[in-house]
Amino acid sequence: MSGTVTPSKPDVIGQPGLREQLQAGGKPSFFGELVQETLALTRRLFIQLQRRPSTLVAGIIQPVLWLFLFGALFQNAPRGLFGTSQSYGQFLSAGIIVFTAFGGALNAGLPVMFDREFGFLNRLLVAPLASRFSIVLASVFFIVSQSLLQAAVIVVAAALLGAGLPNAAGLAAIALIVFLLALGVTALSLGLAFALPGHIELIAVIFVANLPLLFASTALAPLSFMPRWLQVVATLNPLSYAIEPIRYLYLHGDWALSSVVMQAPWGAVTFGEALLLLLGFAAVALFSIQPLLRRTLA
Amino acid sequence: MAPAVLIQNLQKRYGKVEAVKDVSFQVESGEIFGLLGPNGAGKTTTLRALCTLTTPDAGRVEVSGISVVENPRIARQRLGYVAQEVAPDKVLTGRELLQLQAALYHLPGAVAKERIELVLGLLGLEEWADRRTGTYSGGLRKRLDLAAGLLHAPDVLVLDEPTVGLDIESRFVVWDFLRQLRANGTTVLITSHYLEEIDALASRVAIIDQGVVIATGTPSQLKDKVGGERITLRIREFSPIEEAQTAKHLLQSLPFVQEVIINSAQGNSLNLVVTPQNDALSTIQQSLNAAGLPMFGIAQSRPSLDDVYLAATGRTLMDAELAAVGSRDLKAERKQSMREGK
Repeated sequence: MSGTVTPSKPDVIGQPGLREQLQAGGKPSFFGELVQETLALTRRLFIQLQRRPSTLVAGIIQPVLWLFLFGALFQNAPRGLFGTSQSYGQFLSAGIIVFTAFGGALNAGLPVMFDREFGFLNRLLVAPLASRFSIVLASVFFIVSQSLLQAAVIVVAAALLGAGLPNAAGLAAIALIVFLLALGVTALSLGLAFALPGHIELIAVIFVANLPLLFASTALAPLSFMPRWLQVVATLNPLSYAIEPIRYLYLHGDWALSSVVMQAPWGAVTFGEALLLLLGFAAVALFSIQPLLRRTLA
Repeated sequence: MAPAVLIQNLQKRYGKVEAVKDVSFQVESGEIFGLLGPNGAGKTTTLRALCTLTTPDAGRVEVSGISVVENPRIARQRLGYVAQEVAPDKVLTGRELLQLQAALYHLPGAVAKERIELVLGLLGLEEWADRRTGTYSGGLRKRLDLAAGLLHAPDVLVLDEPTVGLDIESRFVVWDFLRQLRANGTTVLITSHYLEEIDALASRVAIIDQGVVIATGTPSQLKDKVGGERITLRIREFSPIEEAQTAKHLLQSLPFVQEVIINSAQGNSLNLVVTPQNDALSTIQQSLNAAGLPMFGIAQSRPSLDDVYLAATGRTLMDAELAAVGSRDLKAERKQSMREGK
């Protein structure tokens, strides 16, 4: 089926027989190809990060500054005001970890949007990808590792500021929570990157979503400070289900999946239930963007 | 054996705009096939349909006998597409971009390495390979894109306006490279709105205008079909249409004049097809004088591909180009292409 036929002159450019040579090694597996293309796309994102690290540097400096300055803002608040926390700084750590992961994941769609706008995405769309879902997978890997790195730095900074350090199981739980939240939010952001007309619109959505979701969660103040309606909103906000378990394990060495981490207006929420809810959120997010991906990536 | 590319009665509409009304042509293995037409004629849409970036509304589109609609993955493996707008990732080096490209086409590591060296050499990019593409000139970027298109040894290399926006020197580099491909018998489908480019490189041509193929053949066949010699005549720099009509009737009565077309886009100049004749120019001048008409300028030439286009559409390619630039809704087109995931 090779296109060129000039037997007297070896065709170095078209190199007929290359495909036959490739196929001689056995039919490539779908999974093998998916891994190959996903790794290559992920590698590209990491090369970009390595050569243009300013976003990551800012993404690490900002939350540490938040922790330091915002923590100092309520330094002299009466002890015990923020539940059983020793200080507001300790109370705030969980909120900052989650908010940082959330912000990073919310921006995940931007590089994809720029690839669309600059035509780089075409390069991917004309290639025989095993599945175009590899484009999404690559972004998820990238954002999740970035969020985990940021979370690690915040945990260390919080420890230095006197918030204490959770034990190994606690750190693993934080990693899992950050992973689930970043997964869900990254999926939503990528969905937006394919649905919205351009980067201006995407940035507008990110701008509008970011801070209100922070204020309408338990990141900065406990539920008991809020009016009833805001308590309802905050307990509908997935961010709260990431914040409260982390906060709980910062305050209690002896946490378990059955520990009650939040008193929602309609009842108690346990550690395990919060994790399940985050898992459900990620699953729903990944599922709900399917039609958008299929439309653009059919 | 199936042709390398088969496009039959392709149609594609974007909202109210019929980008491609009825396009049919075949590219045989080993030839450079040129798709010539002004901007907005439907060339890029045709290529986008071929390369699975857009779904045709109707018609057959096949690569080596494989339908791109039914088997897009196999078709993508067999095509090497070099888009008009170069889009390298500025942060990557040329080699890294090729490595990414190799992985997207699932070349095994050893083959990828070998092919990358090969294409870098072919396009003279060795010394640039490890620099970031952000530092490349436009010509270098285009060469990198050509290298990327060839990397997986496609059946057909598809080039959309490969020399648009390049400086003269880079254009010659690309032309040389395409001649090399031709000598090697690589199958190439190339679009262009530059006549010289198609004339110099393509073994066969389809001329496309407003979404329809208006002529197909080798460049010399097409020119012979138009036949005769050409004379371009201007009564005034900008002649009133009535005057041009009068002159047209007058000149049509001359025995050696085969055809007269009024070129409205060039100040109503007259384009004549004449049977070769020694005193053609002086005879024309005399008959105009006799009718009391002035003559601003006159020129004689062999037929070109532009005359083929002119004979079919009543305007030259360059005029169509200028008109297209004015009437095109670039914003709407951009939105449309974004919607398709550009």
